[in-house]
Amino acid sequence: MSEPTPSARITRADVEHVARLARLALTEAEAEEFTEQLAVILDHADDVAGLDLDGVPPTAHPLPVTNVLRPDVRTASLDRDEVLEAAPAAEDGRFRVPRIMGEG
Amino acid sequence: MSAYETVIGLEVHVELSTATKLFCGCANEFGAEPNTNICPVCLGLPGSLPVLNERVVEYALRIGEALHCEVLARSIFHRKNYFYPDMPKDFQTSQYDEPICADGWIEVDGARIGIERAHMEEDTGKSTHVGGGGRIHDADHSLVDYNRAGVPLMEIVSRPEITSAEQARGYVTELRAILLAIGVSDVKMEEGSMRVDANVSIRPVGATELGTKVEIKNMNSIRSLGRAIEYEIERQTLQADAGERIVQETRHWDEEAGVTHGMRSKEGSSDYRYFPEPDLVPVAPTPEMRAAAIAAVPELPAAQRARLVAEWGISEHDARVIVATPGLAAYAQGAVDALAGGTAKDVVNWATGELLAHGNETGAEPADWALDPAGLAELVGLVAEGAISRGQAKEVLTGSLAGEGSPREVADARGLAQVSDEGALGSIIDDVLAANADAVEEYRSGDDKARKKKRGFLMGEAMKASKGQGNPQLLNRLLDERLG
Amino acid sequence: MASALDLAAAVRSGARSARSVTEEHLAAIDAREGEIHAFNLVTRDEALAAADAVDAAVARGEDPGPLAGVPVALKDNLCTRGVPTTCSSRILEGWRPPYDATVVERVLAAGGIPVGKTNLDEFAMGSSTENSAFGPTRNPRDTSRVPGGSSGGSAAAVAAGFAPLALGSDTGGSIRQPAALCGVVGVKPTYGAVSRYGLVAFASSLDQIGPFAATVDDAALLLDVISGHDRRDSTSIDAPPTALLGDGADVAGLRVGIASELTDADGIAPEVRVAVERAAAALEAAGASVERVSVPSTVYGLSAYYLIAPAEASSNLARYDGVRYGLRVEGADVEEMNAATRDAGFGPEVKRRIMLGTYALSAGYYDAYYGQAQRVRTLIMRDFAAAYELCDVLLSPTAPTTAFAFGAKTADPLAMYLSDICTIPTNLAGHPAMSVPFGLGADGLPIGVQVLAPALGEATMFRAARVVEAAGVAS
Repeated sequence: MSEPTPSARITRADVEHVARLARLALTEAEAEEFTEQLAVILDHADDVAGLDLDGVPPTAHPLPVTNVLRPDVRTASLDRDEVLEAAPAAEDGRFRVPRIMGEG
Repeated sequence: MSAYETVIGLEVHVELSTATKLFCGCANEFGAEPNTNICPVCLGLPGSLPVLNERVVEYALRIGEALHCEVLARSIFHRKNYFYPDMPKDFQTSQYDEPICADGWIEVDGARIGIERAHMEEDTGKSTHVGGGGRIHDADHSLVDYNRAGVPLMEIVSRPEITSAEQARGYVTELRAILLAIGVSDVKMEEGSMRVDANVSIRPVGATELGTKVEIKNMNSIRSLGRAIEYEIERQTLQADAGERIVQETRHWDEEAGVTHGMRSKEGSSDYRYFPEPDLVPVAPTPEMRAAAIAAVPELPAAQRARLVAEWGISEHDARVIVATPGLAAYAQGAVDALAGGTAKDVVNWATGELLAHGNETGAEPADWALDPAGLAELVGLVAEGAISRGQAKEVLTGSLAGEGSPREVADARGLAQVSDEGALGSIIDDVLAANADAVEEYRSGDDKARKKKRGFLMGEAMKASKGQGNPQLLNRLLDERLG
Repeated sequence: MASALDLAAAVRSGARSARSVTEEHLAAIDAREGEIHAFNLVTRDEALAAADAVDAAVARGEDPGPLAGVPVALKDNLCTRGVPTTCSSRILEGWRPPYDATVVERVLAAGGIPVGKTNLDEFAMGSSTENSAFGPTRNPRDTSRVPGGSSGGSAAAVAAGFAPLALGSDTGGSIRQPAALCGVVGVKPTYGAVSRYGLVAFASSLDQIGPFAATVDDAALLLDVISGHDRRDSTSIDAPPTALLGDGADVAGLRVGIASELTDADGIAPEVRVAVERAAAALEAAGASVERVSVPSTVYGLSAYYLIAPAEASSNLARYDGVRYGLRVEGADVEEMNAATRDAGFGPEVKRRIMLGTYALSAGYYDAYYGQAQRVRTLIMRDFAAAYELCDVLLSPTAPTTAFAFGAKTADPLAMYLSDICTIPTNLAGHPAMSVPFGLGADGLPIGVQVLAPALGEATMFRAARVVEAAGVAS
């Protein structure tokens, strides 16, 4: 996961790639606007990217806690009917989706 | 002799046999009605949060111990982000560069195969495809069941040190046996509680750089695994020989057609954007947790096999069968412990022969057989003391397995007994020889071929005279003595 | 309006009925909600039924709990069983959770009366509540101004007298900043003090739920009720501070630091700085010592936050894909359906942050952006730790200015993000902080002063806050 500091500004192609990764179907106008706005925000973020922080460990968790575990004991599950009622589409006790093209 | 050598790495996903899922208290059970074992957590409902199952950590540590892994002092979960309808959160909570176990090995037929890592992760739901013959690409729509979502998995990744399809099968077989022995999974490939993906590449013999690896999925048995790898090696070899570039891709094994298919690949490889899971805290196994895991690892298959070979004087092959068949080692040990006459080797012969066949036919596990270990010991004893012949013992066994009673009872009921009385058999031999003087004469004066023929004839007469109950070894000896 | 403490005492003693208290507040809502739009949904029937249940308990001689009969407004990103929880987003419009958030369970168990789900910036992303898919909330002190965000609805509900208490969530200042702009008290507790189970996640390592109230003591009352370990939240602390109520205002010998980088930052209005100085003076007069204390890395807080929060958000919001609940816009295949659903269901700020976060995590950029931001986080925690060697609590502005006008900052996302410069560092550090009303600006709008404390330092923080509050009322 180690890469050099990015030097190029975020481009339209980057935005389209990221939109695909994030499953957002941007309109032409959105794509243009976001490219500009994200570039401005990332410029600001570059002051972080440029800092020399070798030897400073990243903090993933503000809490200095480990080993939060629960016993292997059953608890109540949800009622299927209640859950499927909230589903946009259901069939045969399952969630129905349009066909899946690629493998995940 | 191939100009290429094969390099194989195997990724094995094992469903752990805990009572509940990885991050919630829903039941971890196979075959339930769709979407009946779900809750806000495993359904990924807005606002839900994961809480780690302590038994999963326990099992993970057991696996690490059994696979000779280093257990990391601190491991964390990462999110693996991608969209797929069977993933309730559209990310999978898994482990990335800080897995719970790493750098282990197992021995496969004398060769050590390295294990890169073993880590915890959650399983996905299951989708079924409707229309188009059930195949994903021709489907009209799909239906998703989240019962399996959140089931705890261990992903065990070997180093790319496997060099043949046969060794791959051996690796999976041994891994299966180990996981069964430590009681963490029922590892049934046909039920999906163990899944294997293979990474296969070839390179010129003696080369050090790895060739382009191809991932093979959808092998549903150990036999399939072997066939798929063999096919893939051949396919890559043909391509390489023809000067074609081997494409890095994921291929799908088609069991019926016996080939791998390239899958419709998405543009570019996946960018999973791994980052540490903020809703979980690190796992730092304590000395108590590690000690408990070590204590819970029994004698492992390799050690068990070696011990049986040494203690019982049996072959490697027989030891392998005994250890690999669920329940059979305990059964055989019970019989050996109860022996009054006969040897452990005798027990093993019966266990790996007729009894194994019985188990395969009926599907019954050794613990459920009508003939229990003490009964097998009795049977072996009857043969050893000469009360019945081995041939008769087979019949007795059948009777006992059918529930007719103990071997002694069955032998009595069926009138199967072996005459081993020297005096009685001696007089039978005398009678036979007296009644067949010309044959005796031909035996004594004939060449080797004639002697063999006459002796066989006389022996047959003696067996007949004893109504098939004469102890064959004894008869043989007495006959040889009388014939001179 | 009477304080929550007084109301609860009256209901418990039987001097007032919970029903009458609830009806009174529902009437207040009827009078001004059309103008303010604090709520996405007023749960009138449920509130009256809950009130009746409290009255029945009192009649049976049972103690209904510390919040007996007190109306509480709930931010609409808190799951309420069977009651729509929308996060002010079209993608969850109409979604009814099958479970209650832990904090909701606790409010109910304490006899509190949820009166409705309050408006917010969509998925808690914003500082003005202008990003709501259902229209903005107006500041009750001046309806041409924003109430702040993202918990604008909850802040406005308390400021307008719709409920004495409200719950909000704070990821980068979303409780404290609207509290300052609306002239009420808002508290973000130590990370982990309040369970996040049932809070629709925005940025998991930063989010915390906290109280709004008109007074510091009322805020303590509610915080005591909602704090506590929860087995369903792995990041929940074992023994967070409770019993904050009634802890008094003794600050003799307290060491107060004015956080210099935050207070002197560009964009802080002079009158806001003056308020901080005056609050410090009040503490000094009450026996505390005051000096300026530097927390250098806080200047990087904004940049680090706008990498970490969107990154976590991009992952937390992936589940809104039209498959299991919420909006679905059909497509030829699942991928198309996902994309069409999300494009239709999310507003522009949410999309912007998802894009930003996805980018910050993507291959080739992780180390430089997300990875670096997590290192900056460590620096900030270290600098705070060093600062708290020199002082017990810190003071700073909450928001750079008083409430701004609608549309004033929507053209430039960065301008909006700058609203959070004083509040963000405490989220990154996991520390508690609260905003206390302290006088008015030249435009007659409220100013808030922020009191900060180290992790688990709520007791000290509240004591100092009581002094600041008293001085603020007088000022």
